[in-house]
Amino acid sequence: MNLSDLSQQMAQRWHDQVRVRTEPHGPCGEVECPAGLLPEIARWLFAELDYSFAGLIVEEDPAQWVLRYEFHRAREDVPVQVVVRRALAERTFPSISDCVHAADWHEREAEDMFGLIFEGHPRLGDFILHDDVWQEGVEPMRHKFQTSLAPPERRPNPHWSLRRIVQTPGAFAMPIGPVFSGLAESVHFQLETVGEDVIRCIPRLFYKYRGIEKIAEGRAPQDALLLAERFCATSAFAHALAFCQAMETIGGVEPPGRAKTLRVFLAELERLRHHVAAIEGICESTALAVAASQMALLQEELLRLSGALTGHRYLFGLLTPGGLKCDLEDDACQRAIAAAQDILRRLRQLEKMLQFSSSFLDRLEEVGVVGAKDARTHGLVGPVARASGVVRDVRKALPYCGYEAFNFDVPIEHEGDGYARLRILFAEAAQSASLMQQAGAALRPGPIHTPCPSRPGAALGWVEAPRGAAFCWLRISEAGQVARYRLMPPSFANWHGLHLATENFAFQDFPIILATFDLSVAENDR
Amino acid sequence: MSQWVCRGIKTRIKTTHYPAQAETAPGVSPGLPLGGAYAAAVASLVNLCPTKAISPGLVKDSLIVDYRRCIHCFRCVRGATTPMRWDQGWQWAADGQKCDSVAPGSEGNRLGRVFAHSVHIIVVDAGDCGACLNEVKQLNNPYYNMHRLGFFLTPTPRHADILLVVGPVTEHMRLPLLKTYEAMPTPKRVIAVGACALSGGVFGPSFVSGAGVAQTLPVDVQVPGHPPPPLAILHGLLVAVGRQTPASITSPAPILPEATTR
Ligand code: SF4
Repeated sequence: MNLSDLSQQMAQRWHDQVRVRTEPHGPCGEVECPAGLLPEIARWLFAELDYSFAGLIVEEDPAQWVLRYEFHRAREDVPVQVVVRRALAERTFPSISDCVHAADWHEREAEDMFGLIFEGHPRLGDFILHDDVWQEGVEPMRHKFQTSLAPPERRPNPHWSLRRIVQTPGAFAMPIGPVFSGLAESVHFQLETVGEDVIRCIPRLFYKYRGIEKIAEGRAPQDALLLAERFCATSAFAHALAFCQAMETIGGVEPPGRAKTLRVFLAELERLRHHVAAIEGICESTALAVAASQMALLQEELLRLSGALTGHRYLFGLLTPGGLKCDLEDDACQRAIAAAQDILRRLRQLEKMLQFSSSFLDRLEEVGVVGAKDARTHGLVGPVARASGVVRDVRKALPYCGYEAFNFDVPIEHEGDGYARLRILFAEAAQSASLMQQAGAALRPGPIHTPCPSRPGAALGWVEAPRGAAFCWLRISEAGQVARYRLMPPSFANWHGLHLATENFAFQDFPIILATFDLSVAENDR
Repeated sequence: MSQWVCRGIKTRIKTTHYPAQAETAPGVSPGLPLGGAYAAAVASLVNLCPTKAISPGLVKDSLIVDYRRCIHCFRCVRGATTPMRWDQGWQWAADGQKCDSVAPGSEGNRLGRVFAHSVHIIVVDAGDCGACLNEVKQLNNPYYNMHRLGFFLTPTPRHADILLVVGPVTEHMRLPLLKTYEAMPTPKRVIAVGACALSGGVFGPSFVSGAGVAQTLPVDVQVPGHPPPPLAILHGLLVAVGRQTPASITSPAPILPEATTR
């Protein structure tokens, strides 16, 4: 649907209550509506037109709240940003999460960070700022909250404890984390069970909350880029790329062709490495030791390959708004492609062997099933969504970096179980290796950087990160500093849907389901 | 299942010979910038560094790099008119500040000799970005295989001799970290891994993040790098049990008095 269709249809339904215009920065339809209409419009876009919800951006203007709800669909459709404005004194907005479940955590976050109230939302409290560390009403994302000051005085609630939902006789709550037996990121789970099965799975996240969105404010774009690159190292290149693309949209520049091709090359290298690591995690969770160490070998080889090619094993320090900081030699790229092809060959062998390891398959098949409908209403993204039959890939839907010129498939499965998620990872790894090859063939000599001015303005940046669609909203102030940096990472969406997979499955399947869900805590916690 | 056994045998031994021999494979380390004489470029290089890791040395026209702060942004090489010289190695682990909790006469930052070939480690993620933790994880892969050197991960702090901390220590993780430390039996040592754990990196200090582990716990061994490659972490573990000599946390050594207190 193009912009004029959209405005026509909206005018038919809501007449002059909504205003549709092209978003001043970037190819996006901006729909401005009164707060009361928001749930209706969100429902229409999400449930009737099959748009996906990407995230909620809250901005505090001097005089008013500006809430932006991002929606997108397929390539021929214009992305839609629904904008609601209200005076600062009014803090109440209608909730859309009873229809768009994916907005649930976005609204909780806005409540915790800005003190907004979403009418109709159950308001569970204790989300980002933990109630056993912070008192109510801190609202760190408000402008009046100064990061430079010492941490505010703490008046935590000493009687706070995690809420228990299951109240049948014999029910008990199993606490796990945040410090684990082994190498896992810090997160707490409360698994409520009666006997064998997990009845409620409540992850308590944000132990690693580093306030990236807040501390980015007031920094020069180059320094905020350091944060974008470093808040989640396993998809560092992807998030840095989203940041740079937002900067380029604001500055109105287009990176040169060679830079774009190299970006595709490196982004796919990162995806390949990430998927190998994720498969390793699945093998490990089922205690298939040889397979896990075989995957670990491949992962280390990919890390070394990245290190030898770019100087850094996690691809730090390469991106800059307008292109890349350093060029890669064509020969080195070709060697990397050959190495990646060899790794893919061995990955395929291992895939075959796994297909014949019945004890392994038994632990994955029909375990942790997420249906297509649930995956959609909860807004799951990435390989997890694609394993449940939801085709979502922003490389196709909103192409960037010239992805439209490359030939690749978006693998899809329909079972939605652990094994489907594993198959997706294998299939996508093969696609990534092929994309690396195509990018290598498409490399032409040329510059790698166009100067990117830091103009005032705002824009949305997006990439298909290894774990799924990642969006970020960047606003640059008159002084050329970052005024707002909103992150909508894929793990945030998928953690919200984890309970779909874990509930009603046996307790001992929990680690396996967790591994197949391929979640990053650092990416979620920011 | 026999297919896996065959596969394992066919793969042969991949393990590095470090520490007996040097590891020469490309890409094992991102390296770190080297301080020293930089003539006229001193002022410009100092300004390039976003984390103030580079400062002018006492000797004229020289630079000191504080490895606790270097976050591998490569600004001092890529695009610098006089790029910094680069150390491609990884033997960076250095002693932390001596802690008061160690009884006089004991071995200070080292664990005693009885631990030299059997050490149990607990890892706490205090807010890392996933890179340091992943590099620690690589120590278990066949390329590094820390078991051969007598290092083992343990599931419980009650069995741990070494607490390995990654991340800048976020507000929410401070208490879990302290509780883990207190649950460990003595003698115990703390290794802080990564620039974030040593200085807060790009994250701290801020309203939700500390400026490293030393604010919360006495640190015995510091492993710089962002992230430190697996070999650097291995070097740190070997330093903690006295099997390798520590390096200096600044380049060039010796450490200046003001650089040690932070
Ligand atoms: S690479 Fe390290 S020393 Fe060089 S500018 Fe970046 S942080 Fe500073």
